[in-house]
Amino acid sequence: DALSTIILFLQNYPLYIRSIPTENELKFHYMVHTSLDVVDEKISAMGKALVDQRELYLGLLYPTEDYKVYGYVTNSKVKFVMVVDSSNTALRDNEIRSMFRKLHNSYTDVMCNPFYNPGDRIQSRAFDGMVTSMMIQVC
Amino acid sequence: MEAAAGGLCGSGPPLLLSEGEQQCYSELFARCAGASGGGPGPGPPEAARAAPGAATAAAGPVADLFRASQLPAETLHQITELCGAKRVGYFGPTQFYVALKLIAAAQSGLPVRIESIKCELPLPRFMMSKTDAEIRFGNTAELHGTKVQIPYLITEKNTFKRIDDEDKQQETQSPSMSPLASPPSSPPHYQRVPLSHGYSKLRSSTEQMHSAPYEARQPLVQPEGPSTGGPGAKPPRHQASLIRSFSVERELQDNSTSYPDEPWRITEEQREYYVNQFRSLQPDPSSFISGSVAKNFFTKSKLSIPELSYIWELSDADCDGALTLPEFCAAFHLIVARKNGYPLPEGLPPTLQPEYLQAAFPKPKWECALFDSYSESIPANQQPRDLNRMEKLSIKDMADFPVPTQDVTGDDKQALKSATDEALPKDMSEDSATPKDSNSLKARPRSRSYSSTSIEEAMKRGEDPPTPPPRPQKTHSRASSLDLNKVFQPSVPASKSGLLPPPPALPPRPCPSQSEQASEAEVHPQLNRAPSQAAESSPTKKEIPYSQPPSKPIRRKFRPENQATENQEPSTTVGGPASVATVKPHPAVQKQSSKQKKAIQTAIRKNKEANAVLARLNSELQQQLKEVHQERIALENQLEQLRPVTVL
Repeated sequence: DALSTIILFLQNYPLYIRSIPTENELKFHYMVHTSLDVVDEKISAMGKALVDQRELYLGLLYPTEDYKVYGYVTNSKVKFVMVVDSSNTALRDNEIRSMFRKLHNSYTDVMCNPFYNPGDRIQSRAFDGMVTSMMIQVC
Repeated sequence: MEAAAGGLCGSGPPLLLSEGEQQCYSELFARCAGASGGGPGPGPPEAARAAPGAATAAAGPVADLFRASQLPAETLHQITELCGAKRVGYFGPTQFYVALKLIAAAQSGLPVRIESIKCELPLPRFMMSKTDAEIRFGNTAELHGTKVQIPYLITEKNTFKRIDDEDKQQETQSPSMSPLASPPSSPPHYQRVPLSHGYSKLRSSTEQMHSAPYEARQPLVQPEGPSTGGPGAKPPRHQASLIRSFSVERELQDNSTSYPDEPWRITEEQREYYVNQFRSLQPDPSSFISGSVAKNFFTKSKLSIPELSYIWELSDADCDGALTLPEFCAAFHLIVARKNGYPLPEGLPPTLQPEYLQAAFPKPKWECALFDSYSESIPANQQPRDLNRMEKLSIKDMADFPVPTQDVTGDDKQALKSATDEALPKDMSEDSATPKDSNSLKARPRSRSYSSTSIEEAMKRGEDPPTPPPRPQKTHSRASSLDLNKVFQPSVPASKSGLLPPPPALPPRPCPSQSEQASEAEVHPQLNRAPSQAAESSPTKKEIPYSQPPSKPIRRKFRPENQATENQEPSTTVGGPASVATVKPHPAVQKQSSKQKKAIQTAIRKNKEANAVLARLNSELQQQLKEVHQERIALENQLEQLRPVTVL
């Protein structure tokens, strides 16, 4: 019973939220929002030009369950946050990185759409499809 | 995942086949197995499988069937892999059924996975080109006969009629049902064939027959190729032959069962219109429209932004934020369909794919009957061909060729060749010498046309076919015209530089200027129309020069646009002498320009007022935005305070 959540933020506004399974979403949303603080911390700590891939909280443990929260920031300060169940040990670092890369590519495609204004919720079906397939793979 | 799927397939997944599916699949399997002479495929027969007939479907008919499903080759590979045929080496009933189901899934837009076939799916559709195949599958189609009829009724090529919801349902359903034609449907197929793409040769025979005579003709052509046109003509010929053979196959497949794609198939008139609209936004058909230009243009269609966003997503295949001509046509077509009430598809329909449209594009529709010799020529825009035609007519008169069109021998060709050589020294004259003798002089005209188009285009800068009447709808707004300038000017040197300088003909000048003003018309509808009307008459003269740089600034001059004022001054001076050089009705133009100036000045004043109003509005809104931001920040602070101690 693997759980995962993916949220994209722009300036701490959620652009896109996806959770599987869909119950207990709020809990995940809360975790993600708290983890945003840590992401911000890391951003400011870096100072210079951002590296593409950053991870955080490999060891985040929620009081009763294990979750891992991963973060990723793009050049344009869009933050991707992913929460996965720690029991899903099949997920390795490289896979997470590749998932974030795919997310980033899809996000770029969404940006290319002239009808998309930065800051809107992402409603692109292609993006949805990509995220769905990714999350299916994880679970 | 793949391994799991493969394993699952190998063990024979519990395929849920409905009755209709069972019947259809078993029929198809019997066909494929029967077509192979009842013999087993390259492998042991699978007597063990519980299936109708312990035969396997031979690879040949199966491959044909799969190709007829119009899925891309890659998908078909995936399907064959997934269904296990590759592993076991043959198409047993199980593999075949799984493959059919996967085809249905792929055609419905689902990913090619075993999970996809576990749900209810419509039947896969196959476009067979032969009538006997159609009739063969006819009985399965009769099951859905009633539903199949409806698309016929609904979809005449020229109009999208409104259909009620139920029909809409069936409309979306029926394309995915087995449309293998029952006999009543064959006449519409053949009627429809002439409308599509004008490959007149395709009308009658199979692809093999076409490609063979074409290929055979090629060596014929080469020795006869005109000296100067030879090297130039060869690559286009080869390219054209490749395009031809590629599109022939698709043509046939599409022609015979075009109706399931009816809403998504672009008719000739529609394509004409789309191409004209494209040209009005971006005069170079080989270049592309930038995102903002297209956005402004499509926004005028009054569809909602999410829908437009989705349409863009479907049509911009390479996700580069710009639309090439085929992408643009696909997008436009989707918009038109949507406005007519068709629901948007899940994926880009095959007839709207860019490759498909690219291959189909080089067809000027009115020439298909006469010029099927030119049907393979370069995918250039229509003007060269029109020029060919015009010039050929004139030169034919001059040269006074006695050669009858029908009977051709090699000697005749040679005689013609020499005659034309004498008559006119230019290469293009040779081409024009064989204009409409489609049947007989097919070989020669083809070679001629290749050389001629390149040369004629260069020559025919000044002459162009009459432009279509201006269309006062759906062209870009004022902001986009600026972008256009930036977009096409750098791109023009890059595009087709080898073949021709910026294309001669231009879209109707009044069209963009009028509609640009229409877009501003929210504030001053009539005022903008008035100067546009005045400007409309005059640009007809200005259109004649038809060289791109001068006319673009001329167009700007007409449009009373504040943003472009700085562009106007230098560009009009540039445009002036250039246009003077080329325009014949010189004095008439000058008279018009003074009228235009007055009109422009009044329009400028009006627009300045409008600008001021909008600027005020803008600043007010900015203020409001700031206030809202501050409120938000305040609320966030409150939230922070209220929040309990965070876990870290």
